[in-house]
Amino acid sequence: MYHDRHILSVLVENKPGVLARIAGMFARRGYNITSLAVGPTDDERVSRLTIVLGTEAVQLEQIIKQLNKLVHVLKILELEGEGSVERELQLVKVTSDAQTRSQIIEIADVFRAKIVDVDHDALTIEASGNPGKLAAMLDLLEPYGIREMVRSGTIALSRGTRSITDGSKLRMQRVV
Amino acid sequence: MQITGAQAVMKTLEALGVDTVFGYPGGAILPAYDPLIDADFTHVLVRHEQGAVHMAEGYAHATGKVGVCIVTSGPAATNLVTGLADANMDSIPVLAITGQVATSAIGSDAFQEADVTGITMPITKHNELVHHPERIAPAIKEAYHVAKSGRPGPVLVDLPKDILNATFEWEWDDRVDLPGYRPTVRGHGKMIREALDLIASAERPVIYAGGGLVRAQAADELYRFATRLNLPVVTTLMARGIFPDTHELAVGMPGMHGHYAGVRALQEADLLVTLGARFDDRVTGKLDDFAPHARVLQVDVDPAEIGKNREVDVPIVGDLRIVLEQLNGVLDDKAERGEHDRFVPDSAAWRDHLDVMKREHPLRCDQPETGVLKPQTAVRAIHDTWGDDAVYVAGVGQHQMWAAQIIPYTRGGQWINSGGLGTMGFAVPAAIGAKVGVGPDVPVVAIDGDGCFQMTFQEIASAVQHDIPVVFCVINNGYLGMVRQWQHLFYEDRLSQVALPQDCPDLLKLAEAYGIPGFRVNAVDELDTVMEKARAITDQPVLIEFRVDPEEMVFPMVPAGASNDELLESPEEWHARVAALRQA
Repeated sequence: MYHDRHILSVLVENKPGVLARIAGMFARRGYNITSLAVGPTDDERVSRLTIVLGTEAVQLEQIIKQLNKLVHVLKILELEGEGSVERELQLVKVTSDAQTRSQIIEIADVFRAKIVDVDHDALTIEASGNPGKLAAMLDLLEPYGIREMVRSGTIALSRGTRSITDGSKLRMQRVV
Repeated sequence: MQITGAQAVMKTLEALGVDTVFGYPGGAILPAYDPLIDADFTHVLVRHEQGAVHMAEGYAHATGKVGVCIVTSGPAATNLVTGLADANMDSIPVLAITGQVATSAIGSDAFQEADVTGITMPITKHNELVHHPERIAPAIKEAYHVAKSGRPGPVLVDLPKDILNATFEWEWDDRVDLPGYRPTVRGHGKMIREALDLIASAERPVIYAGGGLVRAQAADELYRFATRLNLPVVTTLMARGIFPDTHELAVGMPGMHGHYAGVRALQEADLLVTLGARFDDRVTGKLDDFAPHARVLQVDVDPAEIGKNREVDVPIVGDLRIVLEQLNGVLDDKAERGEHDRFVPDSAAWRDHLDVMKREHPLRCDQPETGVLKPQTAVRAIHDTWGDDAVYVAGVGQHQMWAAQIIPYTRGGQWINSGGLGTMGFAVPAAIGAKVGVGPDVPVVAIDGDGCFQMTFQEIASAVQHDIPVVFCVINNGYLGMVRQWQHLFYEDRLSQVALPQDCPDLLKLAEAYGIPGFRVNAVDELDTVMEKARAITDQPVLIEFRVDPEEMVFPMVPAGASNDELLESPEEWHARVAALRQA
């Protein structure tokens, strides 16, 4: 079955166990998460999750409704592909010696990536971008030998002036 | 004022107006049991923590209020799991308070430690592990609010022992601060009008009434709505009584063991007016073949139920009582302008058709004049004895289905059972909780099976100790009857581990052991005498055992996974169907 890729931006109360509640709900209802990124916001009482899902529209609606039932979930926004900016962060440790080092740096430059660590036999590259760009860079680095790599979940914001808190009543008067 | 966390628990429950808690003390919750001696509410001491949570459920079922239970940490808290899952499935407002090991010991595998908020996360509406004594009152207050509002459900508050012992400055604040929790209660005006137009255009409309109506206490609004628009009503297992079975528009129960007319009404309808029902698989049978001609109007307080299993034409999110008031309100306005009749669907032919089905397809039972007692006869006799005023509470299995089918219910909350989770052992404690809730004037009758009864009968001691006069009826067929029925029908009568000796335990001796009157009906001839004696006892619990035909089966029946169109009305019909399939 064909599954569309969807990005959900979710504001939650920054309380113990909130991530377990969300992860547990996905697991017990059989929904798959492609990637998940969690971090603080400018309001210390609120965290923001970016969840990437591969799912059909009907199931997406059910997922949003089930998320909304969690008491600690404050707001959910679906970010449409065209109308949003999305980024992942990737660190790649590539085998390199005196001969290949400059070639690898050249590839990193093309992708506007940075060299963050150098050793005799390896280079570590930091790159950010959308998943397609990061995959393309990885593809070019592959022949040199990838020792290890790590990639964060997607984070995303809508384009333009709109924001997730627009029109919502995030009245967080007092949290004990 | 400086008080302890334990005192804060009591003050909070008092401030919320709690009149009864069901509980069992132990290590981590010990600090709470000291101020409990002086608390303004009654504590019912149970014999097993599962009993406490089922009693809280029974109390909530019968009163519409939040049922409260309080137990200690570890094994006590894990003993709540079944009841919490049950309350979660059937949307019962329950507040569970559990003790927890001291915060310094959490995570160290301490004595009687269990990750209770972790364990109960998927089976509660919400839960919280309290980390500061100042959080006790807000946590319990919020839990109470979440349990009873929106779609009701169980909420658990876990209280570490050091938090209960800590002293702090007490402050009470009525406000509830839950920025992420705001259930929609009023229906959307445009949808309300669309709903009425949809109903007006239907030829074969039927109200598919679910348990949500009972939770919303919407019986009066439903009655007004159904009768003014002449809408036939089926009531699901969870909704029996919310519309009186005695009314001419009542078509009975749908589902796997529903009434013939109830099942057919949904199958043949061109519009399902779905009120607080969730298209459960026991109602729909094979989903693709369910109500194939029907458009769907669905009202539910939980947006996630709308369109979950069946596509919806007109959705309304809101509290059932309020939405029905809105619908009635619009119709009242129309009536003032003389336009009411335009909204009454032309369904006379459809109602005649349903009446014919009701008449021509009654429940069947061949009760001989003397000798063997049929379970259906026992259930009928129970209703004849305690009547329409009583509350009936069932466990899970054949006895539950007979009690749901046979007794004509006339009030919401009059029928209490475990529907979604199907929890055997529910009846005895739930009936005790219900009796506490309804008080001395309303008889509460548990209709249990011999299998279910043996799971929780130790709670009879709780009923005796606290003077809670429940009538415990055991339909004893010496089998796990529903499992036997399935093994008979689907496994060529290869009976596997379903026999429970009818005389072990001896229930009369059991009644004697608990110090309550016990009666046994061995044959249909003994029925009247025994019932007369049992009815006379109103001041203490009573146990009545009905020794019934071990082989009786529940019909009508839709075979599991089959379309509702395959409804079979009797074992003979079943065997004829099987023989025909074999030949083909």
